[in-house]
Amino acid sequence: MRILQTSLLTQKVKELFIEANVDIGPSLVDRLRSAMEAEASPIGKNVLAKIIANDEYAKREKIAICQDTGVSVVFIDIGQDVHFDGGDFNEAIHEGVRQAYKEGYLRKSVVSDPLFDRKNTQDNTPAIIHLRIIPGNEVLIKVMPKGFGSENMSTLKLFAPSVGIEGVKRFIIETIEKAGPNACPPMIVGVGIGGTFEQAALIAKRAVLRGPDHPNLDPRYYELEKELLDLANRLGIGPAGMGGSTTVLAVNIEHHPTHIASIPVAINISCHASRHAEGVL
Amino acid sequence: MEKKIQLPLDEETILSLHAGDTVLLSGTLITGRDAAHLRLIQTLEKGEDLPIELKGEVIYYVGPAPASPNHFVGSAGPTSSYRMDPFTPTLLDVGLKGIIGKGDRSQRVIDALVRNKAVYFAAIGGLGALIAQTITKSEVLAYADLGTEAIHRFWIEDFPVVVAIDAYGNNLYQIEQAKYRKE
Repeated sequence: MRILQTSLLTQKVKELFIEANVDIGPSLVDRLRSAMEAEASPIGKNVLAKIIANDEYAKREKIAICQDTGVSVVFIDIGQDVHFDGGDFNEAIHEGVRQAYKEGYLRKSVVSDPLFDRKNTQDNTPAIIHLRIIPGNEVLIKVMPKGFGSENMSTLKLFAPSVGIEGVKRFIIETIEKAGPNACPPMIVGVGIGGTFEQAALIAKRAVLRGPDHPNLDPRYYELEKELLDLANRLGIGPAGMGGSTTVLAVNIEHHPTHIASIPVAINISCHASRHAEGVL
Repeated sequence: MEKKIQLPLDEETILSLHAGDTVLLSGTLITGRDAAHLRLIQTLEKGEDLPIELKGEVIYYVGPAPASPNHFVGSAGPTSSYRMDPFTPTLLDVGLKGIIGKGDRSQRVIDALVRNKAVYFAAIGGLGALIAQTITKSEVLAYADLGTEAIHRFWIEDFPVVVAIDAYGNNLYQIEQAKYRKE
C-alpha cells in the first residue's frame, strides 16, 4: 500500500489549473496553425491568426487565455493500492481549485444555487469531480477548466436503434450548427455514444479531454470521426462564426455498450480554447 | 482596412458603419452581462431611475478575470450575446447606441437596432488576453456586489471589433457563413 498525503493532491490540482488556464499546449496551437493555412475565408484566416497570437501572449504573460476560466472539472484515476492520509480527499481537491483561482488571477464563475439566489461562491468551488479506481499505486489527475459559452451548446438525446448511424450523424451535425458562433469556433466536439443517460454525457466530456491529436482507435469510429469533421466544416460557420471552412478542429467519439432499446448520444462542445492539463502523483 | 472610431458614437458614425467593417474603438464604454441586465430591466419595470445613464452609451458584454500585477484588467473577451436578447430591445429603446458581444442576435434585437439607429459589434471570443491589452483603465460604476458581473467603466484604446449587425439590419454572420456553406 502507498500512503499519499492529501496536501500533495491540493498542490497538484492547483498547479494544473493554473497551467491549463494560461497554456493551451502545443498540439492545439499546431492544429490552429494548419487550419489557418487552409482556411478559405480572409476574415476566418485573420481570426485564427489572432487566436494563435492570443494563446502565445497568454502563455508568455502567464495570464488567462480566456476570461471564462470555467467550472473546474477534475478527472482522477486512483490506483487501488493508494491510501490517502491527512484530511478529506474531496476537500483537498476543492482547496486546490480555491488556491489556483486566487493565486492564478482566474475568474470565479460558480454560483452556489442554479435557480434561486445564484450567489457567486467567490472561489470557483465546488469542483466537479469524476473518479475511477484503476490497478496500481499511482494517481492520474486531469483537469479541465470548462467554459460555458460552449458548454451551454451541448446536448444529449436517447434514440431508438432504428434511427441508425445516419440519424446519429444528423443529430451531431445539427448540434454543431446550432452551437454556431456562440461556442467560439473552431470547436472541439466530444461525442459519447452508448451507455446510459449519465454515462453518455460523461464519456462525451472524456472525448473532449482527448484533444485534437488522439483519434478513436477503432477503425469504424475513426472513419466516422473523419466524416463528421468533414461534414461539420462544410457548414460555413467558420472561425468565430464569421464564415469560413474551419468550424471544427476535431470530432472525438467515445463509445460504450448500451441497452437493446437505445442509442444514447451526448455531445459536449468545447470552444477553440479547449484547456486541460494532466499530472501524476 | 481598419476604421478608427472614437466613443461615444454619434448618429453620423453609426450610419457610416456596415456589417463586415473592421473597427478599432477608442474612448469609454460600460460593461454588463447577465446579472446586471436583469437588475437594469427590473429597475425600469418598477419605473425607477437607472444607476447609470444609458443614453448614447456602448455596452460590452464581459465578465473580466481579476487583474494580475502589472495589468489593468485580467483576460476580458466577449461573452455570448444571445443571453441578453430578452433585455436588449428595452435598453436600446432607452438610448443605448452600441453593443459589443459575440454571436448572432434575435430578430427582435435586430429590429430594435434598426428602429433606434444603433449598431452591434462582435469581438472575437477567446481573445481575452489580447483584448485586455486595449483596456487602459477600469472602474466599477454600479452593482459592485456582482463582482465580475458589476457594471464597469472601461477606458479603451484601439479595441478590435467587427460590425456584426449594422443600423440597416445587415448581418455579418448570415452574409459570411452563406459564402462558405457547401450543401
